[in-house]
Formats: sequence, structure tokens, C-alpha cells
Amino acid sequence: MRGDLTATTITISGANGDQVEAYFATPSDSLPRGSVVVIHHLPGYDAATKEITRRFAAEGFAAICPNLYSREAPGADPDDAAATARALGGVPDERLVGDVAGAAAFLRTQPASNGAVGVIGYCSGGRQSVLAACSLDLQAAVDCYGAFVVADVPGGFPFAFTKLTPLFEHLSCPLLGLFGAEDQFPSPEQNAEMASLLEAHGKSFTSHTFDGAGHAFFATDRPSYRPEVATRAWGIVLDFFGTHLIGA
Amino acid sequence: MCTYATTVLDVDGSAKGKIGWFSTTQATVYFDHPVHLARGHALMVDLSNPSQGPSARVGLELSPESAHSLAMAILEALDAVPPVLLEVEGATA
Repeated sequence: MRGDLTATTITISGANGDQVEAYFATPSDSLPRGSVVVIHHLPGYDAATKEITRRFAAEGFAAICPNLYSREAPGADPDDAAATARALGGVPDERLVGDVAGAAAFLRTQPASNGAVGVIGYCSGGRQSVLAACSLDLQAAVDCYGAFVVADVPGGFPFAFTKLTPLFEHLSCPLLGLFGAEDQFPSPEQNAEMASLLEAHGKSFTSHTFDGAGHAFFATDRPSYRPEVATRAWGIVLDFFGTHLIGA
Repeated sequence: MCTYATTVLDVDGSAKGKIGWFSTTQATVYFDHPVHLARGHALMVDLSNPSQGPSARVGLELSPESAHSLAMAILEALDAVPPVLLEVEGATA
């Protein structure tokens, strides 16, 4: 029955072969399916992100969300883990790519997998979704309001992130961007620059900028939540993944 | 947005949190998405002791106005302390 699913905490092999906690949700049926790696936001591997992961399973995809803070704070509350990771300067890009690679490999080994894997990330995870799609063989990617994709993080902070524009030529799959018109990080101007640069590389990039929404409009547990926009955007995401992970 | 605007500093103090009282060795100050406060962004302070694990933390999420008032109150309180007390405490540290 569509909507039936199983969700559980597992361990996968991430970057450097490290054992990484992950939340895995999969439809209860055994029909061939596409898969999605969900990248959580900077505030952590939290209940809201697990809910998103379950939603994908309810919609017919296998989905997995790696706990990007497994190493720094195993077993900790999500907010404590996020605070620990922040103080240490966040998740290094190379490690993020390795963890997503491990998650994708796990998904492809599942009996019902059709081999197609997409990635979606929110907030800081939006940037990381683009990073993963420019670094790994994936079939679709979604960037939900990721900042610092085309602009560097200001200096003086303990984060070593850089803009991703030098990697655009390596984008391996169609990319969907979902942004709020009232967001400044990323700003509509930065999103336009992103589109222009990707087009120059001949990459497939589709974006939607929603009026009446700022940052984090998907976040149901935050005041930035915009139900009408989020509902429309969920539909766009599911159509996009349906096209590239199932219909391809 | 995730501002990534983060300052990390060493501190000498104690705090009471989930694990009870513990010695604090680090403070992290940032302006970003709060976990609990119903605002898009907040000034956050984590007082922690990383050597005791992630749960050795007291987190504050403050509106910008509240954070500013608190910072001023702390400075005023320190300014009101007789210098001799600060010198004595400093000498015994």
C-alpha cells in the first residue's frame, strides 16, 4: 500500500570507511524504486529532517539521511551535536562527499533499487547537495536555499567553506534549485548568477523562486515555514525525482 | 540563512545543564537559526566543556535585543565590582 514504510537507524560506511549513523526509510513494498540521500541542515540530524526522510519513503522512494555529526557527537541530542560540530568548524567538504557517497552506495545495494540515486539538502545542506552532485555520480540533485554556492563564506569564522563555482563543470546530473524571494543568503541575484554559470557549462538547472517566502520555508517546526509554498515545492521535488529517478 | 558567523573563545567558569554542574572551558557565540526560540534567527551562546562530551553544554537562544541588554548588564555588573575584588580573584586564579 502506498504510504506504508519502514524507518530505522542504521550504520553505513562513510568517508574514510568511518561508521556513520544514518536514518533509513523505505517503502514496505518491493517494487523497483529510485532513492534519495537527504542532507540535514546545520542545526542537525533532527526530528524534522527524519520526517522529511520518511516523507520520501511514503512517496515511493528509498531515502537515507546520514548523521553528519556522527563522529563529533555520537548518540548526542541533535542540538548538542550541532553545537559541537559548529564549534569545530562544521563538516569538511571532503568528508561530506564521502558520507554521501557511502549513503548512495548503500541505497544502490538495496534489493529494490533501480540504481538511480538523487540528493536533496536544506539550508547548509543545500550547498552540500550541489557539492555532492558536482563530486559524485548521481542522477538528480535538489538545492533548497543553500547559501555560499556562488559566494565565499566571509572571513574570520571557523568555517573553511568555499564557493562551488569551480566545480560546476563537473555537475553530474540535473539540478533543481528552490529558493525564497525574500532570502538574502542565497539572494535572488546569487541564484541568477548560479543559473548563468551552470548554463554556460551546458548543465541542466531548473529553479523556482517563491514570492512570500524567505529562507527555510520547508521547515515545519520554525517560524520561517510557509505552508502554501512548501506544499507547492514538495510537489515540484517529487515530480523532479519522479522524472529523473523513476521515469528515466 | 545559516550565517556561519561564529566566534569560539576559551572561558573559565561553571554552568548547570543536562548533566548537572560542570566546569566550562569554551563559549561559542553565533547568530543563526534557533532550535527552540520562535524566531528565524537568534543570538546564540553555548557554554560547554568539550572534554566531557556534547551534553556538557548550556545553550542560550536570545533575541538580538535581549542579547544586547544581557551583554550590557554583564559589563555594567563587572564595572560595578570593586577593583580590589577582581584583583584578588585574579591573583588566586
